[in-house]
Amino acid sequence: MRTLRLIAVGALLHAKHQSRSSLEITIALILPVVQATLAVHLFRAGAEPDRLLEAAVGAGLMGIWSSVLFGSGGAIQNQRWLGMLEMIMLAPRPPALVILPITLATALTGTYAMVATLLWGRLLHGIPLTFADPLAFAVAVPGCIIGLGMFGLLLASTFVLMRNANALTNTLEYPIWLVSGMLVPITVLPGWTGPIAAVLPTTWGARAVREAATGSGPVWPSLGVCLAISLGCLVLGALMMTHVERRARAAATLALA
Amino acid sequence: MSEIAIEAAGLRRTYRSRIGWFRPQRREVEAVRGVDLTVGNGELFGLLGPNGAGKTTTIKLLNTLLIPTAGTARICGYDVVRQTREVRRRIGYVFGGDRGLYDRLSARDNLRYFAELYGVPGREQKRRIAELLELVRLDGREHERVEGYSRGMRQRLHIARGLLHRPRVLFLDEPSIGVDPVAARELRQTVADLAAAGTTVLLTTHYMAEADELCDRIAVIAGGLIQALGTPAELRHHADGRRVLEVEAYGVNDARLSAIHTLPGVRQAGLEVVGAAQVLTVQSDAGIDVQADVLRELAGVRLGRVTARQPTLEDAYVAIVNRVEQRSAAEAVPV
Repeated sequence: MRTLRLIAVGALLHAKHQSRSSLEITIALILPVVQATLAVHLFRAGAEPDRLLEAAVGAGLMGIWSSVLFGSGGAIQNQRWLGMLEMIMLAPRPPALVILPITLATALTGTYAMVATLLWGRLLHGIPLTFADPLAFAVAVPGCIIGLGMFGLLLASTFVLMRNANALTNTLEYPIWLVSGMLVPITVLPGWTGPIAAVLPTTWGARAVREAATGSGPVWPSLGVCLAISLGCLVLGALMMTHVERRARAAATLALA
Repeated sequence: MSEIAIEAAGLRRTYRSRIGWFRPQRREVEAVRGVDLTVGNGELFGLLGPNGAGKTTTIKLLNTLLIPTAGTARICGYDVVRQTREVRRRIGYVFGGDRGLYDRLSARDNLRYFAELYGVPGREQKRRIAELLELVRLDGREHERVEGYSRGMRQRLHIARGLLHRPRVLFLDEPSIGVDPVAARELRQTVADLAAAGTTVLLTTHYMAEADELCDRIAVIAGGLIQALGTPAELRHHADGRRVLEVEAYGVNDARLSAIHTLPGVRQAGLEVVGAAQVLTVQSDAGIDVQADVLRELAGVRLGRVTARQPTLEDAYVAIVNRVEQRSAAEAVPV
C-alpha cells in the first residue's frame, strides 16, 4: 500500500513539477501542431487521405515516446541539475521505486501530446476523429503510456550512470519511433529491423493504439504483448537500477560536480 | 542502543576522472586520505576545513552517497556500504545553497513527496509536516511555490525536509551558507535544539563563531586528513604562544603582505575583504610585539582600527590549516 501510494503521489507531483516548466509548456504547445501537420502532409503526399486518422494517432504516439524518452533521460539530468538526484537516491527505498514515479510522470504528460495532436489534427486539418473502437482506444492509450513509463525505467537506469545522458537521448528518439512503426508501417522497413521492432514495447503499444483507432486488427493481444514486454523492462530496469546506483556511488556520478 | 552514532576508520576516497576520448588523460584526486573519527549519540560534532579539504566528501561517505575507496564507516552500528538501507533510515542530510528543492512545487508538496520517499506513515504525514513547518516558521507560506522563497526560507525548508522521518543522525553540510545573520542565528538555535533533544549532528561550516557556539567537539580537516580534534577550548590551544594583531586597512597589496610575512616574530598574516575595507590579521609569537613593524610596512596605506587581542578559535584554525599548507609546500619542493 505504501509502495503504491509512493508511486501515485510521486508520479502526480513530478507531473505537476514538469507541467509548470515554461520550456515544457512551450514544447507541449508547438510540438503537437508540428507533428500533426507533418504526419498529415506525409500521408496526403502518399495519396492515402483515408489514413489521416492513423497519421494523427501515429503523430500522437511519437509525442508520447518523445515525452518518455526525454522525460526519463532529461528528468534524471534535471534531478542532477536541481541537486535532487542525491536527495532522492538517499531515500531508504529501492532505487527503482524512486525513479519509476518520474518515468510514469513523463508518460502522463505525454498523454497530453496524444490528445493535443488529435485535436490539432481535427481543428487544422479536418481529420475526422471516428475511432473504430473508442472503448479499446480509451484503454489502449493509457495502457501504452503505462508500458512506455515502465520502459522508461530501463532507459533511466542507464542514464543515472552517465553525466551526459542527453547525448544518448537525442540519438534514440527518431530510430525508435521509426523502427516501432509509429508513423510508417514496419512492413516497409528493411527486414533486419523486424527483430528489433518485435522486442520494443513501443512497437506493440503503437500497434494496439492504431488497431483501436482504425479497426485494422485485434487490440488486446498487441496491448498484452506491450505490457508484458514493459513488465520485463520494469524488472530488468529495477535490477539494473540497483546495480547502477551502486556504481554511481562508486564513480561519484550522482552529483553534478 | 550503541553509544556511538558515527564511527569511521581509515576512511579514504579517491576520485578518478578521464578527459577526452582520443588519448584520454586520467586524473586521480585523493579527497579523503584516511579519516578516523567517532561521534557519540546526541553529540554535536563540527567538521571544519578549507575548501577542498574533504569535508563534503567525508559527509557523503558517511551518509552512503559515496562508496569509500578504503576504510569503513558505521552509522548507529550499521555499515554504510553493506547496510545502506538501514543507514538511510536513520540519517537526514541537509546542505546549503539554492539547489535541492523542487522549485515549481510548494513547500507542502516538497515535504509530502519526501515524506512518502522516507516512508513516513500516511496517517502521520499531515501532523508531522505541520509540526515541521511551524518549527522552521514556514507555516502560512507552505502553499507558495519554492521558487519565490528567499535563501533563508529555502534553507529552513531544507532542514524541515531533513527532519521528516525523525533521523537519529543529521548531517548538515554548510547549512548557513549565504543566509542572512538573523536567519543564521535562528538556524543555529534550531540545530542546538535538535542536539538537545538527542539528535546527533555532524555539521560542516566555514563560520568559526557558529562552530564555537554550537559544537561539543570539532575536527579540523585539511588535505584529506583530520589535523586536529577536540573541544573548542582544546583547539584554541593550537594558537597558544601567539598574539593577534588586527588592522583595518584600505589598499594593502600582495607585496606588502609578503613583506609582513617575513617580519621577525610573525607566524602568519592574512588579508580578508570586509565590505569596502580589508582586515589584515597578523599572528605573531606572544613574546614579540610586531605592531610597530607591521605599521611601518603599511606606511602610506590608509588605515582604520588597529587591535591587539588574544587568539580565538578562528586563529587556532588558521594556525592548524597553515601548518598543513606549509608542510605540503615543503614536501612539494623538488630536492
